[in-house]
Amino acid sequence: MTVNILMPALSPTMTEGKLSKWHKGEGEPISTGDIIAEIETDKATMELEAVDDGVMGKIVVLEGTEGVAVNALIAVLLEEGENPSAAESAASLAEIRAPKSTEVPVIKPPIIGQVRPIPQAGSIDKGSRIFASPLAKRLAIDAGIELSSITGSGPHGRIVKSDVEAAKIIGKKTVSTAPASPIVASALPVTLGTGGSYTETPNSGIRKIIAERLTASSRDIPSYTVTVDCEIDQLLAMRLELNNRSPEGSGAYKISVNDFIIRAIALTMCKVPGVNTSWTEAAILQYADVDISVAVSTPDGLITPIIRKADQKGLAEISIEMKGLALRARDNKLMPEEFQGGGFTISNLGMYGVKEFSSIINPPQSCIMSVGAGEQRPAVINGALGIATMMSCTLTSDHRTVDGALSARFLQAFKSMVEDPLTMLL
Amino acid sequence: MAEKAYDVVVVGGGPGGYVTAIRAAQLGLKTALVEREHLGGICLNWGCLPTKALLRTAEIYRNIKSAENFGLKISGLEFDINAIVKRSRDIAMQLSQGVGHLLKKNKVDVIDGHGELTGKGKLSVRKDGKNVADLVARHIILATGARARVLRGFEHDGALVWTYKEAMVPDAMPKSILVVGSGAIGIEFASFYHTLGVDVTVVEVLPRVLPVEDAEISDLAYKAFTKDGLKIMTSATVKRLEKGSDNVTVTIESAGKIIQLTVDRIIMAVGIVGNTEGLGLENTKVAVDRTHVLINEWCETDEPGIYAIGDLAGPPWLAHKASHEGIICVEKIVGVKGVHPLNTLLIPGCTYCHPQIASVGLTEIAAKEKGYDVKVGRFPFVGNGKAIALGEPEGLVKTVFDSKTGEMLGAHMIGAEVTELIQGYAVGMTLETTEVELMETIFPHPTLSEMMHEAVLDAYGRTIHF
Repeated sequence: MTVNILMPALSPTMTEGKLSKWHKGEGEPISTGDIIAEIETDKATMELEAVDDGVMGKIVVLEGTEGVAVNALIAVLLEEGENPSAAESAASLAEIRAPKSTEVPVIKPPIIGQVRPIPQAGSIDKGSRIFASPLAKRLAIDAGIELSSITGSGPHGRIVKSDVEAAKIIGKKTVSTAPASPIVASALPVTLGTGGSYTETPNSGIRKIIAERLTASSRDIPSYTVTVDCEIDQLLAMRLELNNRSPEGSGAYKISVNDFIIRAIALTMCKVPGVNTSWTEAAILQYADVDISVAVSTPDGLITPIIRKADQKGLAEISIEMKGLALRARDNKLMPEEFQGGGFTISNLGMYGVKEFSSIINPPQSCIMSVGAGEQRPAVINGALGIATMMSCTLTSDHRTVDGALSARFLQAFKSMVEDPLTMLL
Repeated sequence: MAEKAYDVVVVGGGPGGYVTAIRAAQLGLKTALVEREHLGGICLNWGCLPTKALLRTAEIYRNIKSAENFGLKISGLEFDINAIVKRSRDIAMQLSQGVGHLLKKNKVDVIDGHGELTGKGKLSVRKDGKNVADLVARHIILATGARARVLRGFEHDGALVWTYKEAMVPDAMPKSILVVGSGAIGIEFASFYHTLGVDVTVVEVLPRVLPVEDAEISDLAYKAFTKDGLKIMTSATVKRLEKGSDNVTVTIESAGKIIQLTVDRIIMAVGIVGNTEGLGLENTKVAVDRTHVLINEWCETDEPGIYAIGDLAGPPWLAHKASHEGIICVEKIVGVKGVHPLNTLLIPGCTYCHPQIASVGLTEIAAKEKGYDVKVGRFPFVGNGKAIALGEPEGLVKTVFDSKTGEMLGAHMIGAEVTELIQGYAVGMTLETTEVELMETIFPHPTLSEMMHEAVLDAYGRTIHF
């Protein structure tokens, strides 16, 4: 039996992408886990892995083709020993049934790589018209925002200019989906009817979207938390030493504890990649890059700029990049690609003296790490009571993708790296 | 006296107040309306509508005078000012009664008298010095409107120095009139009297007539008015007034020169002031700035439960703005889904002089000042077949677009029937049109409205008929 390989959706907003490279040619054998192709969007390049064994039967979409619609047939896989003509006929049949547009293919859910099309209202259900004013439509196109991602505030939910403008701002304020932070608690509705007086601040469009998405996160994700205490005296000593060696002028750095944590998490994510994932109905997406979102609070709200490929960056590089991102975040000058995406979020409230806390998951990510303050605590050291600088870290995980043992393994690896920071140099 | 309780009490029965009361009643609120003089307010009784009746007479008179151009022979044309005024008053009366019926039909209690706030949620109503009702309400909406602004030394006396009110009911035609102020009110009266043969001079303190309109339109208006024989002095101020037995001599300073002008009557049209007095506002936290009550975007004052709408709450001083504010105010109180604050850029303005003037949105200059890179389109009446057939070849339709997004920012028109045309653009702008939808709209031929299409096409270099 032939297996259709369809164009995957790499993100909830993706409607088309570029098929940048085929790793397998027609007739080449394929085993599960093989990388068969590279798909490129404006945001990222991702590898398409095979989940079935077989032989590449027919490549339908040639390498370098741009604007390939999500769910379009891109290749046909033959099972071992199957006649290549079966691929031909499957391809032509599929083409008849799956037109060139982005409409829902009639074909059964495809067996493809680990990346799967993510169902979304706008692109899948073309039958339901999205009501938007002409100006709103044009502004959305100019801003690269999908109308289906916007909630309309006009008559009968029509999307109007102000909704698109609000969406543009929310885009700037959050990681494509929602901020991750314990701030959520304050977003809970005010309890009325207590007889006390209160002032009423009408919800801005941004606030409504934040509320909607965080509520969805809290409601839909079976999350749980795991906490670990790390002793960071060595890390602090190493930080001091490194900072003392900072050159003057250009190239100067001042590494923060948070920079160490970013580096430690990046390296731990390489060891325990299971946390760098997303849940979708059809499949779990495993991200290839280690992109870490870091929560930065700004006067207007929370934003999570991203350190891309953090595992490939040294402490000084992370530190300098993070300072630039935080600065631009506070000035509201981040580019969309600087805060959209990311596979893991860090939220650090240590500077406020918070001992430990937990956060709401930033979907579609699986995990968020809440970092508390480094503080001197009584500790048992070599069987004797002593004083150590301790830091509590809490990992909130999506149980659909990350089981408890995986979270624990992640924290264990993280802890051992933080407590023995020289290993971060490896 | 026993207190009567309501959900909403509206103070003032003008186009702001009565529309508010009807909407409140529609939404199921127990509603009362307090009005001390006449339902329909200034608009129906002494403003918008009776002047339109007068201007209709002037328009017909003007057309008959040019009857020969249309192949008609008419001789012995005369007018009877008393009959003209009577028609105008009859129309005002008819409309005011109509408002009474509408309020009754919607079960709004109309209370005749002057309302004054006497405490939290309390209003007492007096009539002829006697207390006639005590009302309590969770929400009190003030819609008491405005009156003519008085210039010191030019206080109206009803005989020689008129405001709109006397100007609307002359018992005889003066030979000459000085109109002070060239806003909509001043220009409409100037147009009426000038058309009926009165020697009219208009004095405007600013450098151009109809100063709120687009500069190009007000320039065209100036040319049309003066070509027709109306005298206009811009950048001019009235300094002194000396009253004679049946005339006044006014000292005017214009371009550094002092001019003395003797006229039979003077009409003061130098803006309006809000009716804030006698409302008991001093017993509340309601803030007043230069005779206007300060409100937020939901028409709420600083005192919880007290709202203000319309002229009382500030410019633009237009009946349709007052009505719309009232509806927003009530719908916000009830919590109607989707209610949103008034967008002042979508309030059309009309002046019913000859030629007519109408506009909505930003002027070209205002749009540029706001930082828009604009595309401007123009289409003259002379390029429109229907305008030629009507014998109205003078005028212009002008459009202003944001070149970046295609958003329609404003439209400005001068010429025949433009007050009826402007709404086409207002609908488009409210629906957040871009140039594309307007270009794709099919305009019927032959109509004046085709110029609206062409003025959009022209902004993008695509006009067909000019």
